[in-house]
Amino acid sequence: MYPKELLYTKEHEWVKVDGDTAKIGITSHAQDQLGDIVFVELPKVGDKAHATQSFGTVESVKAVSDIYAPVSGDIVAINEDLIDAPEKINEDPHVGGWLISVKISDKTELDTLMTADDYAAYVSAESES
Amino acid sequence: MIKKVRSHIVQNEPLLFERSSPGKKAYQLPELDVPEVNLASELGEENVRAEIPGFPEVSEVEVIRHFTRLSTWNYAIDLGLYPLGSCTMKYNPRVNEHVARLEGLAWAHPYQPEELSQGVLRVMWDLESFLCEICGMDAVTLQPAAGAHGELTGILAVRSYLESQGDARKVILAPDSAHGTNPATAQMCGYEVREIPSNERGLIDLEVLDKAVDDSVAALMVTNPNTVGIFEEDISKAADLLHARGAQLYMDGANMNALVGWARPGDFGVDVMHLNLHKTFSTPHGGGGPGAGPVAVKAHLEPFLPKPRVVDTGGNGYKLDYDRPQSIGRVRAFYGNFGVLVRALSYILAHGGEGLRNATADAVLNANYIRQGLADRYHLPYQGRSMHEVVFSDQKQTKQGIKTGDIAKRLIDYGFHPYTVSFPLIVHGALMIEPTETEGKGELDLFIDAMRSIADEVESAPEMVKNAPHSTRTRRVNETLAARNPIVRWEPAVEAEAEKPAAD
Repeated sequence: MYPKELLYTKEHEWVKVDGDTAKIGITSHAQDQLGDIVFVELPKVGDKAHATQSFGTVESVKAVSDIYAPVSGDIVAINEDLIDAPEKINEDPHVGGWLISVKISDKTELDTLMTADDYAAYVSAESES
Repeated sequence: MIKKVRSHIVQNEPLLFERSSPGKKAYQLPELDVPEVNLASELGEENVRAEIPGFPEVSEVEVIRHFTRLSTWNYAIDLGLYPLGSCTMKYNPRVNEHVARLEGLAWAHPYQPEELSQGVLRVMWDLESFLCEICGMDAVTLQPAAGAHGELTGILAVRSYLESQGDARKVILAPDSAHGTNPATAQMCGYEVREIPSNERGLIDLEVLDKAVDDSVAALMVTNPNTVGIFEEDISKAADLLHARGAQLYMDGANMNALVGWARPGDFGVDVMHLNLHKTFSTPHGGGGPGAGPVAVKAHLEPFLPKPRVVDTGGNGYKLDYDRPQSIGRVRAFYGNFGVLVRALSYILAHGGEGLRNATADAVLNANYIRQGLADRYHLPYQGRSMHEVVFSDQKQTKQGIKTGDIAKRLIDYGFHPYTVSFPLIVHGALMIEPTETEGKGELDLFIDAMRSIADEVESAPEMVKNAPHSTRTRRVNETLAARNPIVRWEPAVEAEAEKPAAD
């Protein structure tokens, strides 16, 4: 369910590391909890992302939620497709529904993130409580 | 084709724009009996509005029928239970309307001289005094026009107070169960918002609070009872902790309907709070409103309240005091939504102290009666004792693929307005039910029967619940599509379309 090649946060974001850059999105579990996403607010290319701080919001029919950066760095790309088609996050959260791409400034921040197995365990523990 | 084959009850109602026919009029002005002037040259070109293209032209009876038909589609508290949790959709007693229509009140003008406005000022003075007494606070402003506006006013007062102490702070704390307006207010007032996680009982955890409150914290904003309908039993200790570190305690009074006559926020350490007169004090709610969000404060915050303030001069009646150098200024034209204030005072006087206390007891009793009637069929995420509302989750129903929104839609088929869906956010799939004090046992039993019947249907006919409502003129609407592609403005059909010969 959660791709092995991604890393995960407790706030339900994922990171795909490719060399110095990290693609960031929200997990399948997050989109399921939010329900149909109707609007996405993203930063601009050139802005900075700061680990654990909000870089944008997703709005569903239920609520508006902050999205937190798993790693710090310069934002080098945003997923422009989401502006007209935010439903991509629901349909394909781990690939086509990516949000931003960041040039990682401190790779040690990746050490705090969870593997797919750890995240799956975290989600099932969270939904039981 | 015969166009009118169904009665208006089931017919769809076109917009007035679509009914328009050139030259029709619903009014007639008397003939001009003064010399005509050129508005553009008198007022300036930019102040004269051009013709509005496509403005509907209809007859009087068409307007009357249009709005009368629409009004028959409404659901209202005057038709039945309106269990929208957190909103306190209580009955608006008719005595309020009678009092608000008394000539001297209905026709009072804000520019009337003070000596001719003594009755009006007395209404405001008395209402402020009663609200002070009910809340255990020292002063009240009636200016804010709604709850969120009250929050803004209260937090601005906190900010001015702290700045006057030379101790401007930058952070406001709010629990994760807070109404969304609390963090929004803090942000509007220039504060950084930090969220406090609730403990496993849905309450503020003193240990977590202890770690969160440092000398950058201006205030904690808390709703009590909180949004899961449970009383924050450590509220006095939380207040002590905040005060010892120079921070203020703000209370969101959205749930005061559970406290009036039994517990006073001022007695459990609250420094500043707002009330929603359209919730707790039975004034009209929702689109009809308007609302009113008075703010009550302890004495140290009084100098910062909006001006003018009503004062009792003793021998010389009431007057408005504008000489308030520390005031945050006006937050509303004139003195707030006065017509609403009259209704709230009427409600308080009609009940009397004992009556208000009984209303609170009945509100709590009714919520607990519903809780008892449904607890074996719907999951109760927090076991603490319910106050004026009860929050279930859809955990038992999601096994059949049914979510809180589906149950709410099905409830419409049983003739009730839905409960509050998906709030508070700390309960996944929340069903938030607040019956208020006015409902009798008969109506509550009907509601419980409906909810139990839906729980059965979730097991026996989940698809039917998923596609509800079935008995309404419009079946389930596509909320996602509406949110993604909102059509907020009517536009005339394209000429070419209109000129096409009709297919029939």
